[in-house]
Amino acid sequence: MTAEHVSPSKLPMPLSPLDGWQAAFDALPDVVAVSEITFTAQLNLRVDPSGAAAGAVAKVLGSALPVQPCTSTRSGDFLLLWLGPDEWLILAPEGAGLELETALREAIGDGPGAVTDVSAQRSTLALSGPASRELLAKGCSIDLHPKVSPTGTCVQTLVAQTGIIIVVRDETASDFLLLVRASFAQYFAAWLIDAGVELTGGC
Amino acid sequence: MQLISCPWCGPREEAEYHYGGQAHVAYPHEVGALSDADWAHYLFFRDNPRGPFAERWVHAAGCRRWFNAVRDTGTHEILAVYRIGEPQPELGRQASR
Repeated sequence: MTAEHVSPSKLPMPLSPLDGWQAAFDALPDVVAVSEITFTAQLNLRVDPSGAAAGAVAKVLGSALPVQPCTSTRSGDFLLLWLGPDEWLILAPEGAGLELETALREAIGDGPGAVTDVSAQRSTLALSGPASRELLAKGCSIDLHPKVSPTGTCVQTLVAQTGIIIVVRDETASDFLLLVRASFAQYFAAWLIDAGVELTGGC
Repeated sequence: MQLISCPWCGPREEAEYHYGGQAHVAYPHEVGALSDADWAHYLFFRDNPRGPFAERWVHAAGCRRWFNAVRDTGTHEILAVYRIGEPQPELGRQASR
């Protein structure tokens, strides 16, 4: 039986690898707040930023693609992350992936480029709170000081030996978005909880 | 940990990179005309200098782009990094002792 013969109601409910972890996140000290943003639609976009398709893609997304390395652009509900000189990750609300994927594919047309739905590839965590930089610094060498990493910064790096995309959503609120490969999500969540234990202060 | 500068992302820890061997080894023009010895030479023979050496590196944990770097094999100092397609910068530097 192929996928199209299964009615949507019979498909299994999506299950996040971090299902059931929120209670442990909530037990972290008050100086950090961690929560998962489930089932974000994620599209990997490959296109030449100087080519004709880039303009059509920008029209679909409502904003030009960020071409400055290690930056991101917010456009309405979409978050456009720079992954490479010709590669971006588009974050969109849950369920918006298919429509956006189709529109982007039409925008690219027959020219060089690709759009791939990679929604299940990464889990998304929101990290905020006054000690969030201190928490990340325990496993990450990137300088996240607002002077160096202002709002919109998007770096791909290693945190606790795991490949993570860090997006600075708000430098003053110390609000970060962390994207981790789904198969590493539980390891990373366990690391966050372990690293957060020391943040209680006063001990 | 040593920092290596990615031409796209800037300075990052060495652990984010993978090594790719000698840079600027051109693919032979007429592969069919090569003798076995020439083919083996292309595949397996690489320079092994002490001092500046142009190498390929990939920013594996970052932007996943390949780039070239000139590294002093004696001191492990990265003397220059440049993007694929860019010419090797003139360094005017002698081998380390």
